[in-house]
Amino acid sequence: MLSRWLVAPLVTLLLAACGSSTDPQDTERTPFASTYQPLPSKTTLIENATVLTGTGERIDGGSVLLRDGRIADIGTRVSAPRDAVRIDAEGRWVTPGLIDAHSHLGVYPSPSVGPHFDGNEITGNNTAGVWAEHAVWPQDPGFDTALAGGVTSMLILPGSANLFGGRGVTLKNVPAVTYQAMKFPEAPHALKMACGENPKRVYGPGRQTPYTRMGNVYGYRSAWIEAEAYRQEWDDWLALGEEADPADKPQRDLKLETLAGVLRGDILVHNHCYRGDEMATMLEIADEFGYKITAFHHAVEAYKIADLLAEREVCAALWADWWGFKMEAFDGIRENIAMVDAPAKGCAIVHSDDEYGIQRLNQEAAKAMAAGNRAGLDIAPEQAIRWVTANPAKALGILDRTGTLEAGKMADVVIWSGDPFSVYTLADQVFIDGARVYDRHDPSRQPQRDFKLGILEVNS
Amino acid sequence: MSRTHLHIALACASGLALGSASAAEPLAIAGATVHSLGEAGTLDRATVLIRDGKIAALGPKLAVSDDTHRIEGKGKVVTPGLFDALSDLGTEEVELVAGTVDSAAESAHLGAAFDITGAINPRSTLFPINRIEGVTRAMVAPSSPSAWLSTPDGSLFAGRGSIVHLAAARDVVLKPRAALFVTLGEHGADFAGGSRAGTLGQLREALEDAQAWAALPESQQAVANPGYAVRRPAREVLQQALSGDLPVVARVDRASDIQAVLDLGEAFGLRLIIAGGTEAWMLADALANASVPVILDPTANLPANFEQLGARADAAAILHRAGVLIAITQDGESHQSRNIRQLAGNAVAHGLDWDAALAAITVNPAKIYGLQHAQAGVMPGQRAHVVVWSGDPLELTTAAEAVIIEGRLQSMTSRQTLLRDRYLKTDDPWPPAYRQPSSP
Repeated sequence: MLSRWLVAPLVTLLLAACGSSTDPQDTERTPFASTYQPLPSKTTLIENATVLTGTGERIDGGSVLLRDGRIADIGTRVSAPRDAVRIDAEGRWVTPGLIDAHSHLGVYPSPSVGPHFDGNEITGNNTAGVWAEHAVWPQDPGFDTALAGGVTSMLILPGSANLFGGRGVTLKNVPAVTYQAMKFPEAPHALKMACGENPKRVYGPGRQTPYTRMGNVYGYRSAWIEAEAYRQEWDDWLALGEEADPADKPQRDLKLETLAGVLRGDILVHNHCYRGDEMATMLEIADEFGYKITAFHHAVEAYKIADLLAEREVCAALWADWWGFKMEAFDGIRENIAMVDAPAKGCAIVHSDDEYGIQRLNQEAAKAMAAGNRAGLDIAPEQAIRWVTANPAKALGILDRTGTLEAGKMADVVIWSGDPFSVYTLADQVFIDGARVYDRHDPSRQPQRDFKLGILEVNS
Repeated sequence: MSRTHLHIALACASGLALGSASAAEPLAIAGATVHSLGEAGTLDRATVLIRDGKIAALGPKLAVSDDTHRIEGKGKVVTPGLFDALSDLGTEEVELVAGTVDSAAESAHLGAAFDITGAINPRSTLFPINRIEGVTRAMVAPSSPSAWLSTPDGSLFAGRGSIVHLAAARDVVLKPRAALFVTLGEHGADFAGGSRAGTLGQLREALEDAQAWAALPESQQAVANPGYAVRRPAREVLQQALSGDLPVVARVDRASDIQAVLDLGEAFGLRLIIAGGTEAWMLADALANASVPVILDPTANLPANFEQLGARADAAAILHRAGVLIAITQDGESHQSRNIRQLAGNAVAHGLDWDAALAAITVNPAKIYGLQHAQAGVMPGQRAHVVVWSGDPLELTTAAEAVIIEGRLQSMTSRQTLLRDRYLKTDDPWPPAYRQPSSP
């Protein structure tokens, strides 16, 4: 056993170097690796703006310098090289690029027609081996409209039909012909899990498990038991190092590879779960098998367990006001986000789960902020902006590189026409890694995916 | 009990049920900025007097009698109540709990004769949740059964919708059977063998039958004739549509489908309303010339399917500029009827005049459906549906502070505010279930 303990850190290193493959020795390159390259950028100084940094700070009359794709400097006195593009943002606001922690763009693209229903592999309650990225259609016009809404990164998740839906992928919101060219470099993989009604509704009527919430929990625990054994088998074999006999090499299993990746801490769990009591159950299961739940999604009842979520440092990715469309959403309230955010370690996220909502994450945050303030929770814009920037970045495992305006981070930045919490405000310019990828006043910087091209223009 | 007596009894009971604070005492909103949406335009520091369910007076310096409940309006904004032009309020509690959903009938039997009124439940939780955010009226519209996976049973005629108010009352119907709803385009084709041409053919045939039937002497009308495309009750409804008494709302998105229904409407003299209308902007001038209004969602800017390829964020602005009367809502999203002001705000961000956007969620639906006493906004003689806002009603951070429906000041409590208050209290050692509002 000693060798196993000694080798464990090495295994971790290998895994980190090779993305999520559990079989580094067999794989010459990580499959489906990111080929993302930042688009051309110029050194840019944004001046005289109201800046919400995403760290909880607000800088009036602030400047942000973007250089070589990074935030080079930020503050009230920022010097820039003579050849820098200068943008006078007087009267305008600047925030980090928005991040959606829950999107189905590409896997449920527009047009929403049968051949495009690629978000749910409804063939078994555990499809942990499928990857959302393999269904992402990079030509989804929804990416373009999300960009116009200031969204620079997003987690594309499988749907919630299954207990284990599969892996999610974090993308940079740049137009590309392959999804690999959108893939956020070195972002951890996500595992989508689902509680409650959806798996029951999908499988129960055919007398398949899960038929009940009991069946849901039975399904999770059974899968984790299998995953523990799989992980052990691989760890034991890897621990032999050069002494390992290739003939004894365990068989790869894509489903268990994903679950083992969670148990190793390499893959982040994003758990669709509405009810407070069910979230508490899921936390128990995570404890039983030694993994962490990074975020609960939808979590319409998160406000009922806000202290528990904060104590366990689990984020909750939420809508501002969706409610009542199904039984487990019946107790939705407008203050959910603000109440989850209120405890010291609270981590509230405004998510969309919707190709229209993703265009207005700032507006959804505004409604949640206003509801919280009316309930006496005293939330300033510099705090609320974190719900759509730093907090989702944290949940996606990319906060060290984006999500706030801090020197050294990726220059993912939005210049808004005004206060981003006003309904009348639009994103004027969006930068990703310092490149001006969208400009409301410059048609040459308004990407349009292939789908709509040449339909209306040539027929009117 | 006769129908009339029943109505009187219900009206009295609903007044009592509200309690003394919100009984129909005279009200005055004093010193507010009033967007009347009527002839008075916008007035600063004005007073609105409400008595006997109606706007009694509006002006800068009005005397307020001692028996009047005074609402401070200084720094506030007053508008007509929000009017959701397409809802399923009271006919859908939880979308995925089938027993609570009455907005669509999976039966072709009734067709145009389907009347949603009997299904409306004024004790739905959706009423207070939307009411406290300023929604005071809505069209409760039936829909054709959805075609999610297979072709549903049903009819391209969804039936007739009724206009309700959202006050806490037993009888909330303001105008029953106020419009006939038909489903065209992709979805409509599901009920006609899978082709749009089939849908139009069915519609034409039904209208022609109703025309021919109406032309018969009364003695012959009663004779059963199995040759008609639709049953007699539906023929009677279609006859009302042909006479122009009953507006016909066509749910349709593609420009060519809108053109087809415009032609049909002209041929039969229908009072048409376009709902959805994603590509209506392409026919803006034709719609304006034919005085056909459009009910649309200005945030529908994606090619959601092949009949919405022309979706664009400034469609509302284009239609308004061309002179088309517009209303703004999301069809069937009644849990969020309260968010129609956000939709209107987004239309403003994409070029629609602010006043036109406010009209599109207040007085325009009343104009579109021909609801008297509601079309002229906050003006003397109109039914008093008034909201006092903390600021610009289209802004996200603005809240409704007082809501008056049918002249009565409404409670600002909903199931959601009670849940909030229950879980905001954290210093109570007893479980949340013990935290209840005091009994009435």
